[in-house]
Amino acid sequence: MAEAIHFDQVRLSESAQALRREVRAFLADEIAAGTFDPRRGVSSAVFHAELSRRIGARGWIGMTWPRRYGGGERSFLERYVVTEEFRVANAPVGLHFTADRQSGPMLLRYGSERIKDEILPRITRGECCFCIGMSEPGSGSDLFAAATRATRCDGGWRVRGTKVWTTAAHRADYMIGLFRTSPRTKEDRRHGLTQFLVDMRAPGITVSPISDMSGRREFDEVVFDDLFVPDEHALGEIDLAWKQATSELAYERSGPERFLETAYLLFELVRVLGERPDVRGAEGIGRLVAQLHALRRMSVSVAGMLQAGKEPVLEGSIVKDLGTTWQQTLPPRARDLAAFVDAEATDRSVFDAVLDYATLAAPKLTIQGGTTEILRGIIARGLGLR
Amino acid sequence: MSRTDPLLVDLTRKLLRDVADPQTRRGGGGKGDWRAAAWQALEGSGLTRAWVPESAGGSGAGIADGFEILTLAGGVALDVPLAETLLAGWLLATAGLTVPDGKLAPAGTDDDSVRLDADGRLSGRAAAVPFARDVDRLVVLGQRATGEAFVALVDRAACTVRARDNLAGEPRDTVIFDGVTPTALATARADLSGRLLAMGAVARACQMAGALQGLLTRSVAYVGERVAFDRPIGKFQAIQHALARLAGETAIALAASGSAADALADAAPDTASSGTGDVDGVFLEVASAKIRVGEAAAAGAAIAHQVHGAIGFSTEHPLHLFTQRLWAWRDDFGSESAWAVRLGTHVAKRGADALWPMVSAR
Repeated sequence: MAEAIHFDQVRLSESAQALRREVRAFLADEIAAGTFDPRRGVSSAVFHAELSRRIGARGWIGMTWPRRYGGGERSFLERYVVTEEFRVANAPVGLHFTADRQSGPMLLRYGSERIKDEILPRITRGECCFCIGMSEPGSGSDLFAAATRATRCDGGWRVRGTKVWTTAAHRADYMIGLFRTSPRTKEDRRHGLTQFLVDMRAPGITVSPISDMSGRREFDEVVFDDLFVPDEHALGEIDLAWKQATSELAYERSGPERFLETAYLLFELVRVLGERPDVRGAEGIGRLVAQLHALRRMSVSVAGMLQAGKEPVLEGSIVKDLGTTWQQTLPPRARDLAAFVDAEATDRSVFDAVLDYATLAAPKLTIQGGTTEILRGIIARGLGLR
Repeated sequence: MSRTDPLLVDLTRKLLRDVADPQTRRGGGGKGDWRAAAWQALEGSGLTRAWVPESAGGSGAGIADGFEILTLAGGVALDVPLAETLLAGWLLATAGLTVPDGKLAPAGTDDDSVRLDADGRLSGRAAAVPFARDVDRLVVLGQRATGEAFVALVDRAACTVRARDNLAGEPRDTVIFDGVTPTALATARADLSGRLLAMGAVARACQMAGALQGLLTRSVAYVGERVAFDRPIGKFQAIQHALARLAGETAIALAASGSAADALADAAPDTASSGTGDVDGVFLEVASAKIRVGEAAAAGAAIAHQVHGAIGFSTEHPLHLFTQRLWAWRDDFGSESAWAVRLGTHVAKRGADALWPMVSAR
């Protein structure tokens, strides 16, 4: 067996919990001012430009980044606490969330000084939106099948091809895209892909909306027709993008968003079952809360281990697998437990609305950002099985 | 922030491998032998007295260390009364009593089952006492007629033991106290019963998490060796995904039990009655661990059996040492259902808006 599963016991520091209280107060003010409604089950992918700017002004975007790029040089655990609070409140942070979680760290690691100086401070101010160009019509879970081609030209690259299911492409300022720069080799099918920074305002990009089954427009199709990308925008080593997934991936997979996306449904379930649920309701709530707590302890532990410089890749993948799978079981479970709540005696309209929303949103949770099947393959590799 | 002593962990792991290896321990000198030798080694190394303070003749290893020892013991599906002796020693030490050598077991987690009569004798009964017939002494937690809690040490030989086994064949005996005079007695804090239940629940959660880790390690090894359709079955995606799920159940069990153990190690002795936010926190940790680890035990045992096929269903193969214990240990110190009703009732009473502050307090 390649490695044993291990979780450090990590407790949040008093300063992190003080920060939590600060974020809660901020959110309470925003909710009171009518910026958003936490009980509406709105997706965190919703944009709110003014809110993102105000969050940036508080120093809550790019919290762990160096100060010289606008960051706060705070710990992963402090960022963890802030992410939790925004997620639980259902705050519309779609404008900056992707840039904060993964694009910014990617640029920090592989971007030129000029790019970092220019873009990172804008992200931390909540003014800059990123999308991720991974999937294509012929390449989903099998990322290494990506066919969108970047061909060398004078001073840079010409890109032709199509990305699809790209969240927020129509609002993004930049994309970090995975393009084919060489054919794959016989020895290594992962070879030949490179990550690029793409300015979404550049000529040669056509973005078309794709409506999801709940009627929302969160993702798009993006067609590149002879898009020019300057040399400087190639991130990391040419042809070797597959090597660039390191501990950041564990962080991305294990964050609180992986089990809190539909937490609002649990809160509304507790509300609708009332102060004295029957034994069935009580047991149902107890098991769900135990699950939420256990997932959270895993997630906090992974954040703490990353902060300590460890690479809990296996543990991080497990958090996403268990967290997203659990979130998917939550809507049918909540529906069962609330089945006998009498609409005449109890106002269950909010519960019913968020149940519908969560039911419709649930299928994507185990697909986006790495399907359950891909994750289980990664876990199996961690176990030494492949 | 991991506060277990790495030297103690290494020592325990090595000792258990030497004296209680599931693969070899059933062979050799007969069924009773390895247990006697294992117990001698555990006692000789001081591991059985981990929860007795040094001042009272124990190793004073600390609460977190004791739970880690139990996790490792679960990893070899150990079925000698180690957890029971640790818990009983903790109970005696907490009540200010001297802890004797030998095997001990706690009895009377239910407040009303055993009474102390005016003449200083115990009467009543305790059900499902683990390993009662195998231990030297019982540590009884009960209530006087006045309602005051007490801890009493009694010789097992002075009690009537009605043998009952759980589904793993471990003793869960009924003990009848028919005018038994304790060899030591002390008044206990009113909340000790709740504390014992919490310590016992987390002890079993740790044992189950360890047993799941043992199942995972064995299952990974097995699918690498077993060949079908001309290749090791671990090369099949269906098997890989099954083991990934087993790894998930193992991981969440280790995380939940470890976190609860850490919370109990942190909790001041008086936390359970202090009326502060810590009560919520410790209760959430303990209840969640017992619930979620119990669920993981069932899910994990099913996966391990499925990947082992028919051989895992045989007496000869050691797999059942793990799976039977996983099923059985779920019932000790409160089942998943019992803890879930308690936790759910508490959460409902506090209300929807108090749930997230409760969960995020640590």
